[in-house]
Amino acid sequence: MELLIQQAITGIATGGIYACMALAVVMIFQAIHHLNFAQGEMAMFSTFIAWQLLQWGVPYWVVIPATIVIAFFGGVVIERVVMRPFSKAPVLSHIVVFIGLFAIINSTAGFIWEFTIKPLASPFGEGSQLGGLISNHQIGMILVTLLVLVFLFVFFRYTRVGLKMRAAAENPESARLVGIPVSRMVSLGWGMAAAIGAIAGILIAPIVFLEPNMMLSILLYGFAGAVLGGLTSPPGAVIGGFAVGLIETMAGTYIPVIGGELKLPIALVLIVGVLTFKPTGLFGRTIVQRV
Amino acid sequence: MTQLLEVSGLNAGYGDFRVLHGIDFVVEAGGITTLLGANGAGKTTTLRAISGMIKRTGTVLYDGNPLPAGPTEAITALSIAHVPEGRGTFTGLTTEENLQCGAMTRPAGKEINDDIERIFAWFPRLKERRSQQAGTLSGGEQQMLAVARALMLKPKLMLLDEPSFGLAPMIVAELYEKLAMINRDEGVGLLIVEQNAGLVLELADRAYLLETGDIVKAGTAAEMRDDEAIRTAYLGY
Repeated sequence: MELLIQQAITGIATGGIYACMALAVVMIFQAIHHLNFAQGEMAMFSTFIAWQLLQWGVPYWVVIPATIVIAFFGGVVIERVVMRPFSKAPVLSHIVVFIGLFAIINSTAGFIWEFTIKPLASPFGEGSQLGGLISNHQIGMILVTLLVLVFLFVFFRYTRVGLKMRAAAENPESARLVGIPVSRMVSLGWGMAAAIGAIAGILIAPIVFLEPNMMLSILLYGFAGAVLGGLTSPPGAVIGGFAVGLIETMAGTYIPVIGGELKLPIALVLIVGVLTFKPTGLFGRTIVQRV
Repeated sequence: MTQLLEVSGLNAGYGDFRVLHGIDFVVEAGGITTLLGANGAGKTTTLRAISGMIKRTGTVLYDGNPLPAGPTEAITALSIAHVPEGRGTFTGLTTEENLQCGAMTRPAGKEINDDIERIFAWFPRLKERRSQQAGTLSGGEQQMLAVARALMLKPKLMLLDEPSFGLAPMIVAELYEKLAMINRDEGVGLLIVEQNAGLVLELADRAYLLETGDIVKAGTAAEMRDDEAIRTAYLGY
């Protein structure tokens, strides 16, 4: 029983990482209706920027907003410069561009900051709760993820800009006809996704250590969480992320064959399973259209 | 009478393929003009060219001033509402959110909510479905929603692309009643593209017949109704 509780808490804590990432994935999916494979690398790069600022002696409470703002504009620039010329290209071209972006960002980070791992201090400090079961950082991470989720919910549901973004993503032509500047909304979506990625990166790095490949497996779990919860639903993505963390930890502990080594394929099994049996995910909406 | 929209020598097409070969027509202030024609005559292309959705050449005067050729958002901002072919519903948004989208060019405020309520009074069916995902509305309701969304812009000119397409005759009659009311009570000029010539000629005051990108006949709606060729080809009696 004690093992079960311990594993559950570990699972939820790991799930918090995936939930962060899944949220960033869903965010950009809402804005452009594609999965961005470079999402994890964008988050990693932002985290390096945060690390660099900390190295230069900038205090944490300045570093976090600064990194978020830098990431936001970085996302906008990537959209304007790299993605805009492909806005009318087919899906496959987008995937190739994403993979290209992935490689470019990954090696640029390696070039600037090298591939050796670096520790990143937690913004929530050291220490733990519940007799060492869960660290302050993990608690902080889960709370921040939920906070971002609430922010996104309010933004998309109750603000005019949020509605504009949803309309532009759903039907760009109609959006233009009601006077919504669609390309500006797409830029904004990329900026926001990059900013959320930066938050995710800063929360994740203290756990997995900072290095250019830190996001590789996390992005896969993040995708699994997003698909499980439903790509159209930010709350679904967060719940999906936590679920993936729990499933991964539990399966690793209680199914002897899987152990520590076969954990990663669980994410893939989840993705394939969900796409086969419930393509909209647990909380995704089916867009119904009568003609 | 002053013209709301005065189009002369309008050319447009897709890529190298020219669909329109220099057409001329007008919509009078507070008037209703219809463009008739078979499939492929260039009716939709005409509307898309005015809205800046495709490239065009030629002169388009709106309220006496040259209308910019694009982008679409800028033309919408001049109070020109376009109800597109296939209705253009935001299917994943609710009915009410669709209406709010229609008012995006206007400053935010209470006035927009008042207008939504006013429009719900005109379209009670939409009010019943205000929180429903718009994609689940029936075809007729979606067409009403498309017109209602266009009204939220407070348009001076409304472009309608085959509003009767695919709707039951009773629904079409109801829709045309609303269009007549919009024109009469709100003073909105209408440019309606239709294949359903019998119906629209009752409503319009000016009509043009479009054939493969050229206007082959122009006149008042009454003249067109009495025209032998139009009667046999488009009215079927």
